[in-house]
Formats: sequence, structure tokens, C-alpha cells
Amino acid sequence: MDLLVDGVHEALRLLVAGDREIWSILLLSLQVSGSATLISLALGIPAGAALALARFPGRGLVVSAVNSGMALPPVVVGLFVTILLWRSGPLGGFEILYTPAAIVIAQAVIASPIVVGITLAAVQSVPREFRLQLLALGASRTQMVWVVLREARLPMLAAVMAGFGGVISEIGASMMVGGNIKGQTRTLTTAMVLETGKGNFEVAIALSLLLLLLVFLVNWALTAIQQRHAR
Amino acid sequence: MPLRLLLALGLLLVASAPAAAQSPVVILSTTTSTQDSGLLDVLVPMFEKQTGFTVKTIAVGTGQALALAARGEADVTLAHAPALEKTYVANGKLLNRRLVMYNDFVVLGPEADPAGLRGAKKAAGAFRRIAAAGARFVSRGDKSGTHARELALWKAAGLTPASPWYIESGQGMGATLGIADDRRAYTLADRATYLAFTRRVALKILVEGDPRLRNIYSVMEVNPANGPRVNAAGGRKFAGFMLAPGTQAVVQTFGVDTYGQTLFVPIAGKTDEDFK
Repeated sequence: MDLLVDGVHEALRLLVAGDREIWSILLLSLQVSGSATLISLALGIPAGAALALARFPGRGLVVSAVNSGMALPPVVVGLFVTILLWRSGPLGGFEILYTPAAIVIAQAVIASPIVVGITLAAVQSVPREFRLQLLALGASRTQMVWVVLREARLPMLAAVMAGFGGVISEIGASMMVGGNIKGQTRTLTTAMVLETGKGNFEVAIALSLLLLLLVFLVNWALTAIQQRHAR
Repeated sequence: MPLRLLLALGLLLVASAPAAAQSPVVILSTTTSTQDSGLLDVLVPMFEKQTGFTVKTIAVGTGQALALAARGEADVTLAHAPALEKTYVANGKLLNRRLVMYNDFVVLGPEADPAGLRGAKKAAGAFRRIAAAGARFVSRGDKSGTHARELALWKAAGLTPASPWYIESGQGMGATLGIADDRRAYTLADRATYLAFTRRVALKILVEGDPRLRNIYSVMEVNPANGPRVNAAGGRKFAGFMLAPGTQAVVQTFGVDTYGQTLFVPIAGKTDEDFK
């Protein structure tokens, strides 16, 4: 019990004292997971919309694959991205293993199926009749897709929250492709594992409280937008 | 519209991300104990300042650290499994193995000491008592340097440990200490990690001082032939740095502030023969 109290104290102290290392870790986590989420949105929304609207043989298989991908274990992604980025791997020439860019790539791979899956569900929840009506009113196919996406934007905010929430809290991939290097690739979750390993449980608790706070603030902002539009 | 504002803020944040380090990079693969003890947090910035290199420290179990180096995924390695290191040196994967420092392993156990280890002078003898009593023992089971030493001690004791009393945690030293403490079991640990955990675990040092418990760290350069893009010059620089008098002096005093005692004994220039 004392340990939890100490942890809360430590969290407050680190925040108030403006510990530079903690702030840079916090900022890096936000930047890395934010970039990964934006990339997954850029890839996932068009893919999800296309998958929702198109009919082709084998579609069921692709949708099942996407839905399985939503449960892709970060440590599996971490392993394969590491092997690809190794100096001896096919993408070794870029020399980006153990950099924030490598974590962004791995996290984008983790978040993309989540965004595709939720976009797919959101777009499919727009009634088919509505789409047909748009086309009948003379909308082009592009215009129709655009209007449908606008219509589905509130449920799609859930994709942003789920994608961001999934990657900011993952540890396996960040650890493997980032290497948890001090001042370079140490994120909130990898720092937590390190501090636990060192026996600095107060610091680990403080970091977890910061992570929870960060996730809450981001979701709070997104929820505010979602609920205002829903009214 | 707040959605656009949020997106703009997000993009701004992302765009402010620092560019990748521009200075040449040296990848150091090493064991967790050098990082968890805090030693590398002191030495790495010193090296970066002296040479202008950026060091990427990959702290994993010694088995993995050596395997990464042998694949050319690192430039230099700092490890503590002499027998394994020598096989890598013998097959030409790693070069120029030199001793850097040592500390020691300790055999830990619960206060009650059900197998009666207290007073044992030899680690192998203590291990025999654990097996004879069927007392619980938690092994790292992760091919780390500590695990390698533990297996060597079982071999020296002439025993093959087995469940149910032999538990493999598959985790780092810190987590393993926690499990051993919880299960009131015996375990083998490096002294630095044990000291970091004395506040959290009730385990006591039962056997120490046996020459077989000496824990020697060596630095090795990676053979550039192991793979493309090995930074051989950077690796050589780092190895030289670890042996330099200034660095060895820092190793000598490291730990006094945090633990009230030194953690490592510098031994640059010594050979395995000196520790027979």
C-alpha cells in the first residue's frame, strides 16, 4: 500500500519538478504514437471504405483477415519489423532500426488493421439506400464516397481512439525495434519495464499514472468532439 | 472546427519530432545488468562526449547480446559469459576479447534457509544441498550470463536440476528475484541487481566468495565480416574506451553514491589466467 502512495507522490513530484527526462519520454511517446496513428488513418480509412463499398471474389476472406489483424500481437509485429530492418535484412540499408522511425513503422502496422476494421464497420452502418439515393441524385462515385465518409465520421472517431490507444500502450514492438535507448527511443511503456527491472517501483508507478493520464486526455478531447457532433 | 484544430495540433507535434541522430552510430549489445545497475548511464555519455559517436545500447540477455553481435547487428559487445564468449572468439565471429571488470554472483535464499546453506563455502556444495532437500530454486532460464553460470554450477555439482522444485522464470534478474522472494526459494543473482532490490525482497545472501562465483565482464569487437554495415572503427573505439584508465577509474568508484559500496572491480590488462 505504501508503495502505491509513494508512486503517486513520485508521479506528482516528477510532473511538478518538470523532470526533463520524463517530459522528453512523454513527448516522444506522443510523437511516435501520434505519427503512427496518423499514418494508419491515411492508409486505413481509404482501405476500409473501399472494402466496405466494393464487392469482389474473396472479399469475405480479406474482411476476416482485417478483423484478425485487429488482434495482431505487437510482439509479432516487433519481431518481423526487426528482422526486416536488421542490417542484414532487406531494409537494412535505411539504418533505421533502434530509431523512433522504426517504432512508428511497427506501430502503424499494429494500428492500421484496427482503423481499417472500424472504418469498414462504420461505412457499412450507413444504409445502402442512402448511397443509392446519392447516386440517383447525380453524385459521382467519388462524391458519394466522400458524403458517406462524412456521414460515418463520428463512429470513425472510435477508430482514432482505438488505434491511438492500441499503440501508445503497446510494449513488445517498441522494445524490440526501438531498443529502449535512453534519450533516443525510450517510451513510457519501455521506461516502465526498465524501471521495474531496476527495482524502482515508485518511478514505474509514476510512469504508468502519466500514461493513463495521457491516454485519458487524448480520449477526452476526441470524445468531446464526438459527443458535440452527436447532439 | 475543433476536429481540424486537433488534427493541426497533432501534425504540428509530429512535425516537431527530432530528426534521427546525425553523428555516426555505434551499436553496443550488452547484458541487462550493466544497464540496470546504471553503469552505462554514466559511461555512455562520457564516450559520446570524447569521440562524437552516438551509442545505441541494446541491453538484452548475454546469450542474445552475443548472438546479435555474431550476426553483425552490433559493433561491439560487453558480456559476462566467458565460456560462451570464447566459442564466439574461436570461430572468428568476435575479435579481441579483453577483460574489463568483475563483480560476483551470490547464492540467495529465504531467511529460514530450509536446505541449510548458511556457512557453505562452495557454491556447488550449496547447490547439492538444495537438490538433496528438494528445496525450491528459481532459475532465470533465459540464456543470460547468470543462467549460464547457474548451469555451470549445477554441472560442477554433478546434478541435473528438475521440477517440481526447480522453477524456470524465463525473465530478467529483477523479476526472478521477485518470484524467488514470493516462493521463498533459492536463486543465483549478480550482486549489483541484488543490492538494487534489497529494499523489496527479503532474500538473504547465503553463499558468497567462492572463486566460481566471480562474474567477469569482457568487451569484444564484432568481426566486420559478420554482416554488411558493421561499424568496425566505432566498435574498436568503444572497446578501447572501456579499457582506458579514465574509464576504469569511473568503474572503480561507481555505485558508492547509490548503493553505499562499489559494484565492479576494474581489471583492464588482466587475463583469464589471473583468475584461475
